Amino acid sequence: MPERHQDTSGNQIVEDLTISTVGERDVIDEKYGGARPLGLWADTWRRLRRNKLAIVGLCIIVVFIVVGSAEAIAYLAGGYLAPYDPIKPDYALSPQGLGSPPSLSHPFGTDYLGRDVFSRVLVATRISMLVGVIAVAIALCIGLVLGPVSGYYGGWVDSVIMRTADVFFAFPFILFVLLLLTVLPPGFGSVFIAIGILSWATYARLNRGSVLSVKTMEYIEAARAQGASDLRIIFRHVLPNTMAPVYVAIAMGIGGAITTEAALAFLGLGVQPPDASWGKMISDNLTYLAAGSWWMLAFPSFFLIVTVFGFISFGNGLRDATDPKLKE
Amino acid sequence: MADRLLEVKDLSTHFFTHAGVVKAVNGVSFTLDRKETLGIVGESGSGKTVAALSLMRLVPDPPGKVVEGSLMLGTRDLRTISDAEMRGVRGNDIAMIFQDPMTSLNPVVKVGKQIAEAITLHQDKSKSEAWDMAAQLLDRVGIPDAPARVNQYPFEFSGGMRQRAMIAMAISCNPDILIADEPTTALDVTIQAQIIEVIEEMQQRYESGVILITHDLGVVAEIADKVMVMYGGRTVEYGGIDEIFYNPHHPYTWGLLGSLPRLDEVEKVRLTPIKGQPPDLISLPKGCPFAGRCVYVRPECRDQWPELEIVGPEHGVHCWVPEAERREVRAALPHFQAYVT
Repeated sequence: MPERHQDTSGNQIVEDLTISTVGERDVIDEKYGGARPLGLWADTWRRLRRNKLAIVGLCIIVVFIVVGSAEAIAYLAGGYLAPYDPIKPDYALSPQGLGSPPSLSHPFGTDYLGRDVFSRVLVATRISMLVGVIAVAIALCIGLVLGPVSGYYGGWVDSVIMRTADVFFAFPFILFVLLLLTVLPPGFGSVFIAIGILSWATYARLNRGSVLSVKTMEYIEAARAQGASDLRIIFRHVLPNTMAPVYVAIAMGIGGAITTEAALAFLGLGVQPPDASWGKMISDNLTYLAAGSWWMLAFPSFFLIVTVFGFISFGNGLRDATDPKLKE
Repeated sequence: MADRLLEVKDLSTHFFTHAGVVKAVNGVSFTLDRKETLGIVGESGSGKTVAALSLMRLVPDPPGKVVEGSLMLGTRDLRTISDAEMRGVRGNDIAMIFQDPMTSLNPVVKVGKQIAEAITLHQDKSKSEAWDMAAQLLDRVGIPDAPARVNQYPFEFSGGMRQRAMIAMAISCNPDILIADEPTTALDVTIQAQIIEVIEEMQQRYESGVILITHDLGVVAEIADKVMVMYGGRTVEYGGIDEIFYNPHHPYTWGLLGSLPRLDEVEKVRLTPIKGQPPDLISLPKGCPFAGRCVYVRPECRDQWPELEIVGPEHGVHCWVPEAERREVRAALPHFQAYVT
């Protein structure tokens, strides 16, 4: 047997070789000032942390997801997270049909049917979160199968998939969604199906590009030399190495899906009354602005803007943090 | 004949590109027995790697294609078996070690997982059994503290350790044939010797046949039993290791040996490089591909590829220079003075 410790190129690493437990590794970390190489995620996080805007975005996303999930859980349990019933009208709280301005008991005021705006905003959070997450999940399911397959096999498979993607890109997005929604049964579920089906092309094309470069790597050839099947190579070896840009696209995509849903709701599609979504609330309450009832419009708009800002600034930060060209 | 693993006959692999047909391998034949090490030597672009990839059926198609020849693994012809059967051969019957250990491990998968995956692909083993085997294999190829190392990612391994891990992966299914494609080229010299040692050790342990592709005659001298010298996609000479080193017959082999420094040289002797460039594989000359650079070139060299001439037991050469003249020239070459008694 050769002398084992010769194997390392460095001097300190010789000791590194004998690490057997995490505890010992920490000792080494301390000893060499944490000079151990960082993993991709640790390195990304380190750089992301310095980007204040991205961290603000991340905090917004976390709050949004926590509130949305809590509301979803409450909804599944048959109730609402909200302090008031967000559905049932209470005309006593809506004198002259103009709602009542923010007060201590109703911090966001009440709407034209006397419903608590804060409670409705919470319900809308659940719906917007579902739209964002499920629509992007559907898009990913399609895009992350077609993209890698397209890039990996190339040739006519690639041409067919990418030309199809071109078709999806060529149509104006909102118009295409509207078209699809007229075909699908009316209701809330159709919205995320429509958005999901129509946005796969972005992920497919994005991923195909990375697959093209990763598939020429030697470890892919090595996997093939081991007798791994194409599917295994694509989804075990190629895909995980092409995910970094996809994560960025996911963050951006959720923000995009939420705005799309708001736009659709504003046009009266998707969420049906008495359910609430931010876009729906904006659309319903817009007419009351002229009468001076600003709170019905202001709060849902504010939450919509803040959430989308959160996703986009986090996505931007993530892109900068994972871009090796921007490394210091 | 000893336990024959592989018999390659008249293998030709061409690449059909826009610029023309690249004739990477042209009519190469060789055999490999159990426990035997075949060294394939030649400079870059001589077709060594393509020959090996043809065996694994890993030549990118298109544009590459094995256009001729038979590749017999036992009784199976690797050219005609189905893709599914071929996947069963890869890794299980023939395993490969690649040149650059820095890029041949998947960076996002734990080393142990990658080895375990190779095991579960071909053997009926549970995940935890495969994981334990991975640790054993890492230990066997000389990685200290293997049970902890299996949990690490490739970036936590040094170059030499990664190549050891690649070897562990290659031997994980106890393959009959191990193809090592320039396994030491990307490593520094001290590590090279260790890696060669590990390969040798594993070969003895698993009784595999090894095909060692290299342009380093020093490595060949160390472990090969027989050598095939390739040039311009053709075998110019093949023979036992001693025959090639002490009784070489082809001018190209002379050139290779002449450009090798010798440790036992008493006086300072200048290395003799082979002048010129290797031929363009798209427009190969009609005759011997080495004719353009050969000092002993004759008119017939440019017209026709010479037939195989058997010059000793298991020793053959393709050359127009007559045997008598070859002997004279060889005796006169400075770097063979040491051998001539």
